[in-house]
Amino acid sequence: MDQMTDDMMVSDLLALAPEAALALAAVLGLLLGSFLPRARQWPVRVLAAVGAVTTIAMTVTVWQRDVYTLFEGSYGIDTATNTVRITVAGSILLLLAMSQPETRGNARESEFVVLLVLGGLGAILLAGANDLLVLLTGYLLASIPLYTLTAFGKDALGTEAALKFYLMGALFGTTMLFGATLLLGVGGGTDYPLLATTTYDAPHAVLGIGAVAVLSGLLFKAGAVPVHFWVPDVAQGARPAVAAIITTVPKLGAVVAIYRLGALVLDPSGLNWRLLLAIIAALSMTLGNFAAFFQTDVRRLLGYSTISQVGYLLVGVVAADRSTLALPAVLLYLAAYALTNLGVFAVVCALPRLRTLTDYTGLIRHKPALVIALIVCLLGLIGTPPTGVFVGKLMVFTAAFDAGFGWLVVLALINAVASVFYYLRWIVPAVSGKSAVDGERPGPFSVAGAVAYCAATASILIGIFAGPILNAMQGSLAVP
Amino acid sequence: MLSIVVFLPMVVAAVLLAVPRIGDRVSRWTWVVVSAIEVVLVVGLCIGYRRTPPVDGGFAYEERRSWIPTVGSSYHVGIDGFSLPLVALTTVLFAACAIYSLRETRRVRFYAALFLFLESVCLGAFVSLDLVLFFVFFDLSIVGMYFVINGWGHGQARRAALQFFLYTFIGSLALLLGFIVLYLAADPHTFDMVELTEANPLAGNGARGAVALAAIVVGLAIKTPTVPFHTWLPPAHTEAPAAGSAILAGVLLKLGTYGFVRIAMPMLPDQWRRYALVIVIVGVISVLYGALVALAQTNFKRMIAYTSVNHMGYIVLAIGAAGLVADNTEQARTLAITGAVTQMVSHGLVTGALFLLAGVLYERRRTYEIDAYGGLAGQAPVFAAVTAAAMFASLGLPGFSGFIAEFQIFTGSFASAPVYTALSVLGILITAALLLRAYQRMFLGESTNGAFPDFTRREAVSIIPLMLGSVVIGVFPRFLLDVIEPASRMLGVLVVR
Repeated sequence: MDQMTDDMMVSDLLALAPEAALALAAVLGLLLGSFLPRARQWPVRVLAAVGAVTTIAMTVTVWQRDVYTLFEGSYGIDTATNTVRITVAGSILLLLAMSQPETRGNARESEFVVLLVLGGLGAILLAGANDLLVLLTGYLLASIPLYTLTAFGKDALGTEAALKFYLMGALFGTTMLFGATLLLGVGGGTDYPLLATTTYDAPHAVLGIGAVAVLSGLLFKAGAVPVHFWVPDVAQGARPAVAAIITTVPKLGAVVAIYRLGALVLDPSGLNWRLLLAIIAALSMTLGNFAAFFQTDVRRLLGYSTISQVGYLLVGVVAADRSTLALPAVLLYLAAYALTNLGVFAVVCALPRLRTLTDYTGLIRHKPALVIALIVCLLGLIGTPPTGVFVGKLMVFTAAFDAGFGWLVVLALINAVASVFYYLRWIVPAVSGKSAVDGERPGPFSVAGAVAYCAATASILIGIFAGPILNAMQGSLAVP
Repeated sequence: MLSIVVFLPMVVAAVLLAVPRIGDRVSRWTWVVVSAIEVVLVVGLCIGYRRTPPVDGGFAYEERRSWIPTVGSSYHVGIDGFSLPLVALTTVLFAACAIYSLRETRRVRFYAALFLFLESVCLGAFVSLDLVLFFVFFDLSIVGMYFVINGWGHGQARRAALQFFLYTFIGSLALLLGFIVLYLAADPHTFDMVELTEANPLAGNGARGAVALAAIVVGLAIKTPTVPFHTWLPPAHTEAPAAGSAILAGVLLKLGTYGFVRIAMPMLPDQWRRYALVIVIVGVISVLYGALVALAQTNFKRMIAYTSVNHMGYIVLAIGAAGLVADNTEQARTLAITGAVTQMVSHGLVTGALFLLAGVLYERRRTYEIDAYGGLAGQAPVFAAVTAAAMFASLGLPGFSGFIAEFQIFTGSFASAPVYTALSVLGILITAALLLRAYQRMFLGESTNGAFPDFTRREAVSIIPLMLGSVVIGVFPRFLLDVIEPASRMLGVLVVR
């Protein structure tokens, strides 16, 4: 008997190899960084890249395996987890490249890299968590490195943003813990499979409060209304590369975590969680869009844009388990969103001195390729075909309609129109008008620029090859 | 073969964008040559189509590849009697614009690439046999035209471009909503137009069918545009560069009306019949309102823009009348639909020409105000003659394509909607009055305001063929009608099933 559990333990650990690769890269990076001279820490970056590539490679090899859970059902490995693993690892690669102009040669380069990798690992854990305690661990791991990163620039704005971010994060971490306690109390455990069977008879008021408390932490990570107000401040205050991380990576895990919690625990418990989530989705889209309207700072604008994008994502989560399209739709949208959002931020990173929309005036004369990449990515965020986000939106809307949320789809469509306005406020000056200043003198080659081209191309390719990608993303959540 | 026709311009556009060292001259001529090749290719398509026409309800040059099988969407293209004339119109009009724009000097490389991109997108929309694919092209046409107006327009171009984008984007999203309803109603779920047409998925489903029809009709009506969704059109037309206006009026508006005959009517026949009277009324209001407002314009380009609302109104009237079952025969239905499609082609040629002529005016004097011109006939006889021809064609004089189209529309619609048809005939009177009045003020009488050079070779080569096309259709309409009629008959049968 003991022998057998040991074997299971070992096989469970092996199944976590993709996560382990990132963890190992982070730990080794930390060690390596402390021995390297302050000015020459690029090997840490390489190490992190190797870790991310290993994660991708190992995930690809297990992609076709059946869905299963580890550690007595507390961690699920399925298409959702695998997608987040690959997307996060891919995002880390892109972020390592596009953060170069900012952090290369910085005395704290290795810290930056290690924190980035740890934050990504936290997002993956969030996505795979099949137990409230694992979920909390994931939450903490996806949060703490990012607080630090926010203040990486050591400037006033960044510090203020970090403080706000940290206080909010601590508050919602505690709220989550409180919620988990309540659920433990009424459900008799913390793992989802158990909660799925026991919460049906639980007192609804307690159950509801507990569920909302747990959800609030996840919504905070995802940057959804009503716990969104840190997003624009952090996006504006932090360094552009850090803003890119924070508006992209934690969402990947948080949205899948909400999906899992909703489909596996809240659905069987009989709570009307769909309506709650639908309202949150509606508010996120609407508020994010309308607040973005008259922003003049590009990063702040992107901060609000990311709030609205979470709204669209949640539209798909609302349909969880009611439509077979819901899971592949949300996953495809997540992957496409990550690429497209990183593409926009890569442009921002490549032009760190351009802060406001008017700074971009006439940029197409100096940097036509970069502006075209920017246009492709921004139109992608609008949901213009044939980009990946378009296919994601189409699928998400179809799933929600199928699940009986026609009103939400109509609202989302209206929002999509409204969003055109502020994305165009950025595109228009970039393609027309004369540049007031001479603009950025182009360097011979910019890594961040290259990332932008790759992301723009890839976001279109996701749309064109949506068929095979979606096929691969079919599947169900892991239940022991 | 069809895919080559569709994607060739886009590939060339990508090359133009990717190679920064290409000069203006090379860009211009690449554009002209590619659009000429497109015309030749489409002539080849036409010859092949006539030789082996598809069976009723079938498509020629069909291609189908799996794209997003999860939602039953594929890359499915093909050509029938509705799409072929519009494909031909598209290539001809784009070729005309390419030649017309040989004198363009502002950022020519981007301009050429943008138009080539637009050409691909328009062709793609006309041959799509999958709703998602159609939507992709439909949406991209908006993006392309937005950049044309925004980057090369004049006056309040930015505002007009934004208004155009927002307005038509709302339309496209309404359309998407309708498509999703159709998709979910079909069993098995599919976005394929041919399968959806066969399945008629919302037959007998009152509420959902009404939602789908409303969404699709609003989406297409905005694009067409019909009253009351036309408000984006005049500013967009007025501020766009001449070639952009010609494409916008000649090709993009047809996406809306084409959508009616391709999507709304065959896929939602029950609902179409039920609400046909509403469509007819909207058509008549568009006809009369467009004509009356055009009458009040002092700006030549705005005036033509409003006559577009009027001309699109005839199409809407005809397809609405085709859905009225009472007092209607199969023959009348076929006639009305054929007339509607002929009107699409005719309007494309004539209005395309008129907008390019307006561009000639603007190039000479930098204004579209009718009062700024006078007695041009004496100074620029060829220009005056071509403009006269275009105006007569526009008001539907026999011998031009517009007459063929409108005659069929009126005879086809009269039996089922006599009062409305009679009312809309008034529209012809009003347009005749306004066009002749404008012509008289601008071209006849004493010349004012200095010299006005006649057509250059470039202008003549781009505009005159469009008018010739209109005359050829007006005098020998059979070759066109033979292509359209089988498809119209088929659609007539589908609508009353």
